[in-house]
Amino acid sequence: MADNKGVMVFCEVANGKLAGIATEGLGAGRKLADALGEELAAVLIGTGVSALAEEAIKYGANKVYVVDDPLLNEYHNDAFIAVMDKVARQANPQIILMGQTSIGRDLAPRLAFRLGTSATLDCIELAIDPATKRLLQTKPVYGGNARAIFTMDTNPQIATTRIKAMTPLAPDAARKGEVIKVDAGLQPSAIKAKMLQKVKEEIEGIKLEDAQIVISGGRGIGGPDGFKVLAELAKPLKAATGASRPPCDNGWVPSTMQVGLTGKIIAPEVYFAIAISGSSQHMSGCSGSKNIIAINKDPEANIFREARFGVVGDWKKVVPALTTKVKELVSG
Amino acid sequence: MDMIVCVKQVIDPEAPPASFKIDAASNKAVMAGVPPVIDPYGEFATEAALKIKDAKGGKLTALCLGNALLREVVKKPLSMGADDLILLEDPAFVDGDAWSTAFALAAAVKKIGKFDILFCGREASDTNAGEVGPALAEILGLPCVTLVKKIEILDGKAKVERMTADGYEVIEVTLPCLLTVSNEIGEPRYPTIKGIMAAKRKEPVVWKPADIAVEAGKIGVAGQRAKMTKLFQPVKEGKCEILTGDTPEEAAVKLALRLREAKLI
Ligand SMILES: Cc1cc2nc3c(=O)[nH]c(=O)nc-3n(C[C@H](O)[C@H](O)[C@H](O)COP(=O)(O)OP(=O)(O)OC[C@H]3O[C@@H](n4cnc5c(N)ncnc54)[C@H](O)[C@@H]3O)c2cc1C
Ligand SMILES: Nc1ncnc2c1ncn2[C@@H]1O[C@H](COP(=O)(O)O)[C@@H](O)[C@H]1O
Repeated sequence: MADNKGVMVFCEVANGKLAGIATEGLGAGRKLADALGEELAAVLIGTGVSALAEEAIKYGANKVYVVDDPLLNEYHNDAFIAVMDKVARQANPQIILMGQTSIGRDLAPRLAFRLGTSATLDCIELAIDPATKRLLQTKPVYGGNARAIFTMDTNPQIATTRIKAMTPLAPDAARKGEVIKVDAGLQPSAIKAKMLQKVKEEIEGIKLEDAQIVISGGRGIGGPDGFKVLAELAKPLKAATGASRPPCDNGWVPSTMQVGLTGKIIAPEVYFAIAISGSSQHMSGCSGSKNIIAINKDPEANIFREARFGVVGDWKKVVPALTTKVKELVSG
Repeated sequence: MDMIVCVKQVIDPEAPPASFKIDAASNKAVMAGVPPVIDPYGEFATEAALKIKDAKGGKLTALCLGNALLREVVKKPLSMGADDLILLEDPAFVDGDAWSTAFALAAAVKKIGKFDILFCGREASDTNAGEVGPALAEILGLPCVTLVKKIEILDGKAKVERMTADGYEVIEVTLPCLLTVSNEIGEPRYPTIKGIMAAKRKEPVVWKPADIAVEAGKIGVAGQRAKMTKLFQPVKEGKCEILTGDTPEEAAVKLALRLREAKLI
């Protein structure tokens, strides 16, 4: 596949707009395309997504492939894989990027193996090797304890990027690009896994992903009542509440509150880890935080190796006193 | 229901991060002084299959690829309630990428024959890839749902719930299919005494590359498409300032004042 050229970014659409992860992908893709001296293409798949082509160009794409079809109104993996397979064979890129989201995680490996190549998921760094011109794909492994760099000889080289690991370009209306419509050519019978319903489990209050301050509790919180105590601290700080995996697995809080490798990946200004030991998998979700504050009764807990400030003690005593003082400070 | 679950032997992912080392000579990761375990998401996948077996009956075969596998580790699915254990055990099988690992597993699945659901974990705790499941689906031409947290068996179909960032999706998939299982499926059951005794008596079936008729160039290292060129530990220079006091309450007040001083609150 010596004639594979250019970088392609699969752009997710959320609420009728380019998703944040799509602009991040375009930012990363632009850099790689420039390093190769080649073009950047965006792919938009959905129903009524044509209008977003201009957006993708503003964010750095030279070309936009648009597949607009009523059958593509939701993510059905069989349909999206078939369409991406078609677009990739038509455009013949040497790199395809997607986001490490519930869609990208599903789509990237299936597409890669269908195209006879491979994918590296959850990359936090992407670069072109100056010597070989191949894509260097850096991703955390062993639950965040280590990092690995992967390369592949087959094309296209497919990677997903971790949320917030890549930087979008500032949108520029002066950028010009070409829009190419592709016919989906789908048979409804090709859809073997059919999405019947989408259920939202919204967490009340400030969204974890958007909060400047996050208060997370771990297994040591002991039950749902403990999280009410954490919510009291969250209020005066306008913070969101999160959790490590055990409170979610135990049903104390909804699983959408899970922070970590297999939960949400967030990078707030301040992250309170309360009764959380600091496993590598949990830290994968919050180590991008500017300041980590640990409260744990075990002075040897790994979280103290990650935190900037800490208190060694029983959270049941520490947190209420902290809440009272914080209230006094922020109101005064 | 006939089911197959893929489980892997890994270094213990829940051992304290301080025990994690990279052995420079072999460029491999170790958990110093901590024995290996069954990959946790393989256990969640086993639990998902056993829930169906409890409700509908049927047979569950566990499939594990590796070399010099510790019997007491890889027998865990048997002690939890799986019926059979097949090991793809040979030096030629190991150190593959997702594709070459899945290639061998797919050949074994074909040899096992009929099944309704093939289970994998959402991601292994060492690779953090989540690719072997989708690769198996592509090789075997199966419909595939990833990140599954609940499964209901209907006539010739399964209705499953799949995790998303803000909730879940309900998906109907035709059987046979491949499902990758997430932790929201529920805590894996503890082996019962009876299960442990049964697992002790049962010897795993061992298949070599010739038994599943795979070409040497397609499995293990030889079959890799993705190559790891470097494995390293990120450096951490963090230093924690511990706030103390005569009582925990006093320490808490000091923390609040220090956070204010640092303009964090
Ligand atoms: C592949 C894989 C993916 C994973 N993904 C995630 C993920 O996304 N997110 C995640 O969080 N985990 C994840 N895990 C699980 C992870 O390995 C740990 O098991 C988990 O993070 C531990 O949560 P914890 O720190 O709350 O519990 P523990 O490790 O049990 O720690 C509890 C802490 O609470 C402290 N404590 C107890 N009581 C008190 C008290 N009264 N006052 C103060 N401190 C107290 C203890 O000293 C201890 O440090 C994953 C695991 C694997 C294998
Ligand atoms: N060596 C192996 N033996 C059996 N199953 C495996 C093996 N490697 C991966 N798997 C299965 O594939 C899942 C995902 O692995 P990975 O793609 O490496 O993240 C695991 O949870 C297992 O179910």
